[in-house]
Amino acid sequence: MAKVPPEKELVSYSLKPDTTAEWMDTPTEFREGMFCHAAKPKDIETVDFPNPHKWSPTDEDWGLPENWKEIILDGMKDRLDKYRSFRLFMDVCVRCGACADKCHFFMGTGDPKNMPVLRAELLRSIYRRYFTTSGKLFGKLVGARDLTEDVLKEWWYYFFQCTECRRCSAFCPYGIDQAEITIMGRELINLLGLNTEWISGPVANCYMKGNHVGLEPQTIVSNIEFLMEDLEDITGKHIEPSFNRKGAEILFVVPSGDYYADPGIYTFMGYLLLFDHLGLDYTLSTYASEGGNFGFFTSNEMAKRLNAKIYAEAKRLGVKWIIGGECGHMWRVMNQYMDTWNGPADFLEVPKSPITGTVFENAASTKMIHITEFTADLIYHNKLKFDKSRNDHLVVTYHDSCNTARAMGLLEEPRYILKNICNNFYEMPEETIREKTLCCGSGSGLNAGEDMELRMRGGFPRAEAVREVRDKYGVNTLTNICAIDRASFPALMDYWVPGVRVAGVHELVANALILDENDDRQLDMRMEELPSAVAKRKAEEAARAAAEAEAARVAEADGEAKEGDAE
Amino acid sequence: MKVVGPLIVVVLLAALAWCCTEYLHWYALFGIVIPYVAVVLLIVGLVVRIVRWARSAVPFRIPTTCGQQKSLPWIKQAKLDNPSSKAGVFGRMVLEVLTFRSLFRNNKVEKRDSKLGYTSAKWLFLGALLFHWSMLIIVIRHLRLALEPVPDFLVVLEQADGFLQVGLPLLYISDVLIVVGLVFLLARRLTIKKVRYISLSVDFFPLFLLLGIAISGIVMRYAFRVDIAGVKEVVLGLLTFHPVSPDQLSTILFVHLFLVCVLMVYFPWSKLMHAPGIFMSPTRNLANNSREVRHVNPWNYPVKVHTYAEYQEEYGEKMKSVGLPLDPEVVSTNG
Repeated sequence: MAKVPPEKELVSYSLKPDTTAEWMDTPTEFREGMFCHAAKPKDIETVDFPNPHKWSPTDEDWGLPENWKEIILDGMKDRLDKYRSFRLFMDVCVRCGACADKCHFFMGTGDPKNMPVLRAELLRSIYRRYFTTSGKLFGKLVGARDLTEDVLKEWWYYFFQCTECRRCSAFCPYGIDQAEITIMGRELINLLGLNTEWISGPVANCYMKGNHVGLEPQTIVSNIEFLMEDLEDITGKHIEPSFNRKGAEILFVVPSGDYYADPGIYTFMGYLLLFDHLGLDYTLSTYASEGGNFGFFTSNEMAKRLNAKIYAEAKRLGVKWIIGGECGHMWRVMNQYMDTWNGPADFLEVPKSPITGTVFENAASTKMIHITEFTADLIYHNKLKFDKSRNDHLVVTYHDSCNTARAMGLLEEPRYILKNICNNFYEMPEETIREKTLCCGSGSGLNAGEDMELRMRGGFPRAEAVREVRDKYGVNTLTNICAIDRASFPALMDYWVPGVRVAGVHELVANALILDENDDRQLDMRMEELPSAVAKRKAEEAARAAAEAEAARVAEADGEAKEGDAE
Repeated sequence: MKVVGPLIVVVLLAALAWCCTEYLHWYALFGIVIPYVAVVLLIVGLVVRIVRWARSAVPFRIPTTCGQQKSLPWIKQAKLDNPSSKAGVFGRMVLEVLTFRSLFRNNKVEKRDSKLGYTSAKWLFLGALLFHWSMLIIVIRHLRLALEPVPDFLVVLEQADGFLQVGLPLLYISDVLIVVGLVFLLARRLTIKKVRYISLSVDFFPLFLLLGIAISGIVMRYAFRVDIAGVKEVVLGLLTFHPVSPDQLSTILFVHLFLVCVLMVYFPWSKLMHAPGIFMSPTRNLANNSREVRHVNPWNYPVKVHTYAEYQEEYGEKMKSVGLPLDPEVVSTNG
């Protein structure tokens, strides 16, 4: 892992960047800690992508094929015809600058090429040069430039300094979405075999083994058994989830980080405790063992190839509908892409909660609902009993993940749940939540170790907002519904806002959920004592101490009396 | 250079029209031929560009959602910022086009040591609104020259626009505001370092051109006192394809008209296409209902996947070892 400079050094940048030289004349400097390792050839080969080869971003020679320019320009032409978004966003920007200070990477680095408008111009300048008459005629005068290896490297550096969070798009008067431009840019880069290791590795894993981390079926099962043992220690309930079970009513798909990595595992325990409590007829799948989709950070085709297993497995198992776990980009894919890619899911039924009878009409075609929609509906219908005080040790704030906020609009469901399961809930400043939420800085496949400085910088605006509520209300828990958040926030919090823990919403649901009248558990999902248990223990300790003190006093008094007697 | 260059070009264009009419008396060229050509090029250009956009597919339903989705009936949906129906999309587009709703959302981030602060930033929104609305009113006012008799709504609009009752002829508020708007937009491009840095020559050119058009129009009305009746005769002649000789019109009118012609020719090949473009933006003009109604990608094609059968083939033994059920119904395509 790259060493991150101390905080003082990291915040020494200015949001008023040096603008003396024109941006086209400013060469790109590859700074250590700001980029990921190059993809390994074997991972590229696994999915039959072009030009697998050994290379490094710091090399002078990137091992490009002879005709690389032709490949890129043909690739652009193809995509200009296939995506209206791409063509339109190349044409209509007026460079008003509204997006300039909306990007967390600009806000955390001050690098002008991280202003969304300029990151887009990196590609637009090439579009003008080769696809517009004025660009062909007037060149630099109208913002056009030749495609060179330096331009390609610049693309690579900056398209992997964008988390496809869409914040710029919310503020753009024409809705120009840098995520779309980054997606196209990364597709083009992938035509030359230039992916990052942190994206291509999980893609290859997910393709072959069904999940990003490459867990094989037996490992998934044993990991989950291990988690269920912990859950039994906490709640006294023995839970045996089913896998790959035909005829179950519901297929449950989660991001694979929840199977094995702290703190995602606590969220996973939360899901399963809830489902078991409800007696839900569901199954997990080791084949469709990943809801997330790093293919989405590679190309649309790759994303579709990885996503195909969800419906295929639902069909094979003969389930009726699908619930998806807490994950951000997974839900962008499920909400805006899955049905189009791999539907129609006419072999499934419109999701209907077996507990409340609610029919989820908003998922009438896709047949997949978000677990917070499911749980919020349960709470609204009084189907769950909670002991909020079990979360009293947590002072909670909530981070909207970019994709559920700006590519879905799932804003109230998680908040409704949180307000019903804990007593201490505080929102971060208005400009940093809901549709204006700030990215964790590690989305879209940037959550590697070697680019830690980039992640700390990109996450700084979010961390700053957390710090504000920590200082104001004593917030110590940052909840979210995103696996990349759960994976990346701990490092971000440790760096900027130490003392703040990171948790999924369903971890807190499980803490507060009253299973039955005998449920007097003493531990939360992390096996830490619950506030009531702490209070009880402290009271007992105090009582014991008082009793001991009393005994000592009596003994002393007795002693004195005896001494007196002796006199 | 990217600032001065466009300014010089606009000045030269104005000078060209002035010289060619004042000294060379090419009235027919500047009063009849060029306007016809410009209108044709505008229409052809618009059609070509819009058709080109329209021919690019919309493979996915990708609205940028800026509010609560439609989900459970008791959760209040943000119907305009996250529309799920055509009516909602219509409302969102109307607000976007007429009131610049996204720009209204704008804020400004400021950094003080290790703190970030967000402040309101409405100036761009106000400046843009000022310019675009003035422009719209002025264009509508110009219909007076093309319509006989002048419809009532135009008379009302003119009275409203001139309600300050200053000067003779009456001062139109829109004339003042368009110049204020344009000067503001120009000034922020010049003075805000970040904006100047991202600006290209093609960002300055339309500003100078529009300023040229506005100023030539204003001096024509208030200083040169052009003969409106004569102008109307010429315009009606052009519109009915029976052009009248424009010899009698004053030179400043030719300057104004020529700059408008330049704008018409330039428009379809420039960033000014943001005006029709906004209507076609997939992040704004689509409903967020892709889970409810399937969106079809016209070029969707089959892709290579790793099937369950292959997976079971590869991991069957390991699956058996932990008691996972094997599916007897699947046959691997590999085996």
